[in-house]
Amino acid sequence: MIRVALPAHLRNLAGVGHEVELDVAEPVTLGAVLDALEASYPTLRGTIRDQVTKQRRPFIRFFANEADISHDGPDAALPAAVLGGTEPLMVIGAMAGG
Amino acid sequence: MTAVRVLVGTHKGAFILTSDGKRESWDVEGPLFGGWEIYHMKGSPADPNRLYASQSMGWFGQVVQRSDDGGKTWTPVGNKFDYDGVAGTHQWYDGTPHPWEFARVWHFEPSLADPDTVYAGVEDAALFRTTDGGQNWEELSGLRKQDSGPHWQPGAGGLCLHTIIQDPSDTARMYVAISAAGAFRTDDGAKTWKPINKGLHSAQLPDPDAEVGHCVHHVAMHPDKPGVLYMQKHWDVMRSDDAGDSWHEVSGDLPTDFGFVIDVHAHEPETIYVVPIKSDSEHYVPDGKLRVFRSRTGGGEWEPLTKGLPQTGCYHNVLRDAMAVDSLDPCGVYFGTSGGQVYASNNAGDSWTAIAADLPKVLSVEVQSLP
Repeated sequence: MIRVALPAHLRNLAGVGHEVELDVAEPVTLGAVLDALEASYPTLRGTIRDQVTKQRRPFIRFFANEADISHDGPDAALPAAVLGGTEPLMVIGAMAGG
Repeated sequence: MTAVRVLVGTHKGAFILTSDGKRESWDVEGPLFGGWEIYHMKGSPADPNRLYASQSMGWFGQVVQRSDDGGKTWTPVGNKFDYDGVAGTHQWYDGTPHPWEFARVWHFEPSLADPDTVYAGVEDAALFRTTDGGQNWEELSGLRKQDSGPHWQPGAGGLCLHTIIQDPSDTARMYVAISAAGAFRTDDGAKTWKPINKGLHSAQLPDPDAEVGHCVHHVAMHPDKPGVLYMQKHWDVMRSDDAGDSWHEVSGDLPTDFGFVIDVHAHEPETIYVVPIKSDSEHYVPDGKLRVFRSRTGGGEWEPLTKGLPQTGCYHNVLRDAMAVDSLDPCGVYFGTSGGQVYASNNAGDSWTAIAADLPKVLSVEVQSLP
């Protein structure tokens, strides 16, 4: 079971709490988790990544086990702590402003 | 008992204001979708309980919200705006080709007849349509793919399609306006389009009388005179008496003819309203006075409407989609400011009352007259 922590606006949009839990088929990559997230919560489609290109939106970041994995690409394996369920994959609205 | 519902989109959420037919006392609900930009919210003429809202944010992109109960509850619907075929390019600010990229929905225009059919004007400029209540959107790409499309260039606010007008007397005819490309008309149900900018003169263009490239801010029409169009251009208030085939200036004695909004009285097709703004770089009302100007002659001769509006120290703007009229008698007129006020007049502009104050910056105002 993969835990995914969402920012407040996306929690409100999806109607969920701070975290959701997802069953993700092997291999559990960042892209596979996002596929599972959007399949379970269709209202999140387009809010984290482009619906056509699947590119991460510019002000979205992915943190896992205290590391920024935003640039690792969709096929990158997730850290063991996320795979084991002790840490969530964190979807972050990047700091942007002044 | 008649009632009025005012739909206000702001920089940080939506607000719904309601009143009875007297329009003297108002209930304010909101913020809805707090923290999100609500560029536009509009109800279906065919079913006033059906509302659509454009919800967007730099972080999380575009969401489309739909209500089937007059705004009591909302459901996110489809938000996939995929350009038709190979998207191609338009001109970027530096004159280089730039790929068409969806940014946001600026304007929803529900069909006059079908609550499930809605037109969406988006940035980068294109026209989309849903026929299933917002679940799926298809681009009506004849507009973007007509000859001038690759030459469109964004204005300071982006390459946005912000105005959509349906001709109530001809279901095949529709008008759109794009900053900074100009106005366009279809006569065949959005299959083909042509620029309708003859008579516009923009000193900011290398060819001031060019066929496209004019920064049209807003266009308005009265349904009883669908061939008469009124336009607030970057500078100049314009009028067409032939469905946009030609335009002539009706700025007349306005203190400045720069502005964003323009609208038409619900029962008097020759009575129009604008809010003059000081200049293209000074986006606030001149002389610290918030004044709506009304023409009862279809332009040319204007009178300032000031009763109830601040006449000292006001430096607000009124954005292009932030004025609307109701269909009651006397006609109600409404507008919202960049300072977060929503002003209403229940007597066609003779006097005004702030029906909401201290909201976030107002992006859009629409009104529904309810039975």
